[in-house]
Amino acid sequence: MFKILRKKELNPSVTLMDIEAPLIADKAKAGQFIIFRVDEEGERVPLTIADTNKETGAVTIIFQKVGLSTELLSKKNEGEYILDFVGPLGVPTEHEGLKKVAVVGGGVGCAIAFPQAKALHNAGCEVDVIVGFRNIDLVILEEEMRANCTNYYMMTDDGTYGEKGFVTDKLKQLIEAGNNYDEVIAIGPIPMMKFTSLTTKPYGIKTIVSLNPIMVDGTGMCGGCRVTVDGKIKFACVDGPDFDGHLVDFDELMNRNAAYKAQEAANKETHICRIQTMANKLIK
Amino acid sequence: MANMTMEKTPMPEQAPDIRNKNFKEVTLGYTEEMAIGEAKRCLNCKNMPCVQGCPVNIHIPEFIAKVAEGNFAEAYKVITLTNSLPAISGRVCPQETQCEMHCVRGIKGEPVAIGRLERFVADWYRENVNEEVVKPESNGIKVAVVGSGPSSLTCASDLAKVGYQVTVYEAFHTAGGVLVYGIPEFRLPKDIVKHEVDGLIAHGVEVKTDMVIGRILTIDELFDAGYKAVFIGTGAGLPSFMGIPGEALSGVYSANEYLTRINLMKAYNSEYDTPVKKSKNVAVVGGGNVAMDAARCAKRLGAENVYIVYRRSEEEMPARNEEIHHAKEEGIEFHLLNNPVKIIDDGKGSVAGIQCIKMELGEPDASGRRRPIEVKGSEFELEVDTVIMALGTSPNPFIRTTTPGIEVNRKGCLVVNEETMQTSRDGIYAGGDAVTGAATVILAMGAGKKAAAAIDEYLKG
Repeated sequence: MFKILRKKELNPSVTLMDIEAPLIADKAKAGQFIIFRVDEEGERVPLTIADTNKETGAVTIIFQKVGLSTELLSKKNEGEYILDFVGPLGVPTEHEGLKKVAVVGGGVGCAIAFPQAKALHNAGCEVDVIVGFRNIDLVILEEEMRANCTNYYMMTDDGTYGEKGFVTDKLKQLIEAGNNYDEVIAIGPIPMMKFTSLTTKPYGIKTIVSLNPIMVDGTGMCGGCRVTVDGKIKFACVDGPDFDGHLVDFDELMNRNAAYKAQEAANKETHICRIQTMANKLIK
Repeated sequence: MANMTMEKTPMPEQAPDIRNKNFKEVTLGYTEEMAIGEAKRCLNCKNMPCVQGCPVNIHIPEFIAKVAEGNFAEAYKVITLTNSLPAISGRVCPQETQCEMHCVRGIKGEPVAIGRLERFVADWYRENVNEEVVKPESNGIKVAVVGSGPSSLTCASDLAKVGYQVTVYEAFHTAGGVLVYGIPEFRLPKDIVKHEVDGLIAHGVEVKTDMVIGRILTIDELFDAGYKAVFIGTGAGLPSFMGIPGEALSGVYSANEYLTRINLMKAYNSEYDTPVKKSKNVAVVGGGNVAMDAARCAKRLGAENVYIVYRRSEEEMPARNEEIHHAKEEGIEFHLLNNPVKIIDDGKGSVAGIQCIKMELGEPDASGRRRPIEVKGSEFELEVDTVIMALGTSPNPFIRTTTPGIEVNRKGCLVVNEETMQTSRDGIYAGGDAVTGAATVILAMGAGKKAAAAIDEYLKG
């Protein structure tokens, strides 16, 4: 059992939680992920680690309520427990030798972009952070990001905050303006990572993306998280989750991630029925 | 007077058209009368040919003699002298290529049903004897066991029995390894595995789940934490794919994933949130026990047509005879001497079918089995919405990449001294699929047993 030390709603659909897991907090590096399971009947769901605190033993996760399991997790409160919390999994992001990097975060992907910016910034690297949201209400981690970068660029789709436009517009502008990035790290929805990779490709700037495919064990055993990279099958949990964005087959990944969409919607219904039945039994 | 019936006492089973719709155990087990009757078929041969066929050298004629006398508790004691998990091996061992292959009764007629008797004794004991746990006096020496499958459980059990302070580290949320995520409930009920794990805990073994060794802690950090020896039983590893077009389509599973969703994550039970595809027509590629398990699970989840697609003939199939027989009874269709060449896209990113090519058998290859060769121009399509690849595995990299000085072979399996199961490093032992590549539960148990004895020797120094 793992204790929820802190819970904070970052926006109406995104929640931050600190989970007490000292061994993971001690080991985890930027780019690694955990797998959580809320209760005995729950799914195993991977989430990239947003932050760690070695002193308090806290591992921070930030998640969007996109399905049944994240919904159930968001219902848990400070002081309560979740059943399983496994990690750190995956290969840490390679930061060796980087001097100037653009970290690009899209939506809730900023939660995963944040530890990248922080680690690079702490290592003395020049970090330009470009973040994009649909509108001002969805903005998360602004202060935290600002404190861990050289320049911070805010983009919104509708122009309600920062500049109107996409992160790719700003990235292209910065590259054209003569910024020589050793690397671009792009984390966000699959289309955003795809188009960021397409943006940097003509300039030959190495671009790292962090993938979050469907997974069961997170240790290489199930192969559910396989992605095609440079025409070869790779397992995101063992070989990734970071890959060269210029070599990833994003369309295939998007298709695989949608595998259970319809079924999950139905499951959510039955789950609510289940809770209802249990509640009715208790009332009787 | 020996019972000279030529056939084994038949095993009571759920009827095929009933059991292929539920996940309850297929075989129901012998009654006491059946067990005694079958035990009397044993001739109690002086040279005990059956024992040499057993990877853990169970004293077979001796335990069967006790069964024949109706002394089941004594029979259990004889079995557990050399095998700590008889309820499991009695169910999943390929007896036809082990003990029963050497049985003299098998020369003319069927061999003695050694496996069924082993299972009967283990079940009888579990159901009838409430053993008082005598925790051995601890010698205070800590040993870590990585993984909790058959090799690890056996190793942990043997070490705990002689007083070692054993901690089992399991990556999943439930202990049991392949016994819980791989082998389905209808072949090995999970309560039985749980009973064995609970027994270990009662004997003082600590089981830590959610711990991926090689990530959260390395083997060397285990030594730093005070463990004096480590056993690695991390299992078979990463599933293989064929490398044919269409393997990334939605609806293509590795057998590992499909079985894990169903067995460990209980997708067949609506109380659980685990999703798995509701399939109509399923092709399972492969001919081993894992392929049979996946096919039979698919049928139970409601698939109308389930095909086994295997590139050789039935004779070369590595699956246990009983599994092949049960699968056929349950309505699984076998497409033998067929090899997939492509998985067909429905235009929306999901599986619409599988294109196969017919094969014929040529000269024997390195495995001694006749090599399948493609018949030119014989391609055909099977209309399926799900494809499950059961093609074997390659070793997990976590331990070898984080343990300096540990030797692996060309394939990535850990290299051990076959007598002691010691790896290239002092104090580190290994066994099971992590060493052999995908093999049987009983071979893994044998390796765990050998390693436990060697660890004891090493630590007594």
